[in-house]
Amino acid sequence: MELKLNNLYDDFRDGQTIQAYQKLIEQEAKKISRDINIMEVCGGHTHTIMKFGLPQLMPKNIHFIHGPGCPVCIMPKERIDHAYALAMQEEVILVTLGDMIKVPGSNGSLQNARAKGADVRFVYSPMECIKIAKENPDKKIIFFAIGFETTTPMTAALLNAVVKKNITNIYFHINHVTVPEVMKELIDSRDEHIDSYNNRIDAFLGPSHVSVISGAKIYEIFAKEYKRPVVVTGFEPVDMMEGIYKIVKQFVEGRCENEIQYNRVVTYDGNIKAQELINKYFDKASLFKWRGLGNVPNSGLKLKDEFTKYDAEIIYEKILPKHEIEDHKLCICGDILRGMAHPTECTIFGTACKPSSPVGSCMVSSEGACAAYFKYGNII
Amino acid sequence: MNKTVTLAQGNGGEENNELITKVFYKAFKNEILEKSEDAAVIEDGKFAFSTDSFTVSPIFFPGSDIGKLSICGTCNDLAMMGAKPKYLTVGIIIEEGFSIKNLEKIVRSMKKELEINGAIIVSGDTKVMPKGTIDKILINTTGIGEILYSGISSNSITEDDTILVSRDIGCHGATIFASREGIELDSELKSDCASLFPIVKKLIDAGVNITALRDATRGGVAAVLNEWAKQSDICIEVDEESIPVSQEVYGMCEMLGFEATALANEGTFCLAIKKEDGQKAIEILKEFNLDATTIAKVTSKHPQKVILNSSYGTQRFLDTPSGELLPRIC
Repeated sequence: MELKLNNLYDDFRDGQTIQAYQKLIEQEAKKISRDINIMEVCGGHTHTIMKFGLPQLMPKNIHFIHGPGCPVCIMPKERIDHAYALAMQEEVILVTLGDMIKVPGSNGSLQNARAKGADVRFVYSPMECIKIAKENPDKKIIFFAIGFETTTPMTAALLNAVVKKNITNIYFHINHVTVPEVMKELIDSRDEHIDSYNNRIDAFLGPSHVSVISGAKIYEIFAKEYKRPVVVTGFEPVDMMEGIYKIVKQFVEGRCENEIQYNRVVTYDGNIKAQELINKYFDKASLFKWRGLGNVPNSGLKLKDEFTKYDAEIIYEKILPKHEIEDHKLCICGDILRGMAHPTECTIFGTACKPSSPVGSCMVSSEGACAAYFKYGNII
Repeated sequence: MNKTVTLAQGNGGEENNELITKVFYKAFKNEILEKSEDAAVIEDGKFAFSTDSFTVSPIFFPGSDIGKLSICGTCNDLAMMGAKPKYLTVGIIIEEGFSIKNLEKIVRSMKKELEINGAIIVSGDTKVMPKGTIDKILINTTGIGEILYSGISSNSITEDDTILVSRDIGCHGATIFASREGIELDSELKSDCASLFPIVKKLIDAGVNITALRDATRGGVAAVLNEWAKQSDICIEVDEESIPVSQEVYGMCEMLGFEATALANEGTFCLAIKKEDGQKAIEILKEFNLDATTIAKVTSKHPQKVILNSSYGTQRFLDTPSGELLPRIC
């Protein structure tokens, strides 16, 4: 049978299947007397939940907590200021992925830098940098690398090509972060304003494109040690309904396991080659500051010492701004990410903080919880 | 608003509206301009008058080129007011070093499109700019059309109307995006760029009761429906499954994280038609493209908002596209 493009999504959006899962979830949820708060860690899941209106299909005792898994949203202003400063260098072409270019730092976004004459480009694949480098031999191409485990192998592959082909005008500014560490932080940490030791996350929908690379194994600890069921789930609405059903089932049956719903692409061990490539070029950074959450131990990556000659953060150290920038006082992104508050409870939601002028991390990209609420509304 | 102009302010969406309202309307405000129609209706409703400037990269793309685009754009704006395009002016700004062969190619496709509309160029202007100061070529066209069907307005849609779309949506936006720098995509996609007057004429001749027409250019169908909802103070409820989207466009949207409703079109329009004439209009539209269909109804549920109804009973807002079109990260 010939595989058509629509085979990849049509059935996973089928209205009848979605409604069938809705009934199953309702039946199972009736069997438990408690409420269940499910955190979808990944911004892609948040987007699906809001775009397809899934909260409208949930029984009263099933709730979503929207997690910090949007790579653009969690980027602190300090790092965006780095990108801005680098882009403003005359000899630099700054290259990054997609909607990173619209995130505002303290001087503005990369879009603003471009309006001021900076050469800022976005690519779909980091490998495009090689073409840009060839076409501009007198320029320094800096790849502003962002994203979770999902995009890290692409950066590693670019660096691999740069090293092998001995390309001398491509550099890297690394902002890659990892998912399990921030999930731990959400359970372990304590917010200044509220007692979030008493956080409300009961279960996780595991980010699955992360697991295509790193495997489902990275979430084992949450089921075993943190006693939170995990279901690694795909991004289509039928996937998500099945993932939610599997979580509710675990509660009904008194299980606490790390399951895979998205088994058409996710395995327990993941893509070993990609993992090797990452390990060849990257080390764990001891701290990475997340917008809205603050410093999270071991959650970032950095280039290994032998590759520092490609590290724009070191080469351009003198021009990169260093002062810390606090999150806005009225912004409650930290609470939203910990499941203590909903976007609509924020006093500046939709007024001072909008997608066109975001104050907090969750409003920055369409995958952030606040932006998704703003964009798709909450009709029912 | 920013202190400098950004690309997002040219997107046909929210930022674009802000720029127009805060800078241009503030200075030029008058009764005709404020109606915010595709073309101005002047001289007691006798004529429609409109202008449009064209910049596109690449200038030749699958299905069309900047020349055809520059004629379709202005003629379509006139047609959307029920007018027959008659006289156009053209201003062309060319970058030093531009190939004469390509210029002739552009002019040839302009000529062909003028013939389809039955319009002529009656005045023109040419400027050449030093290399590097503009991107290859910019074209402005301004046109006057004779109104054949009066009373078309985006401000008077009611619950007696039904909302249609003339064909599958998003082809132009998807084609341009696929052929731009940094996105290496092979596809069979072609721009929908086409003159709409022949279709509008047929609707008028058949006596279809037209309330409003608007071509879904920048900002796509989502922008048109939102403008209509606001201008007519109505709620538009779209049946999500009914929106015609080709497999190619849909696949690209899936891959890059776009919504087809936000993609630009250059030969696709939305129609608000009196309910009793809906079927008649669809039959005529189908003579030109089989994908023409009803996509929405007008209600009073959430005035000034557009709602998308899914096949499994959920609802969400379809808002005006905002920002620059950027692919998602993962």
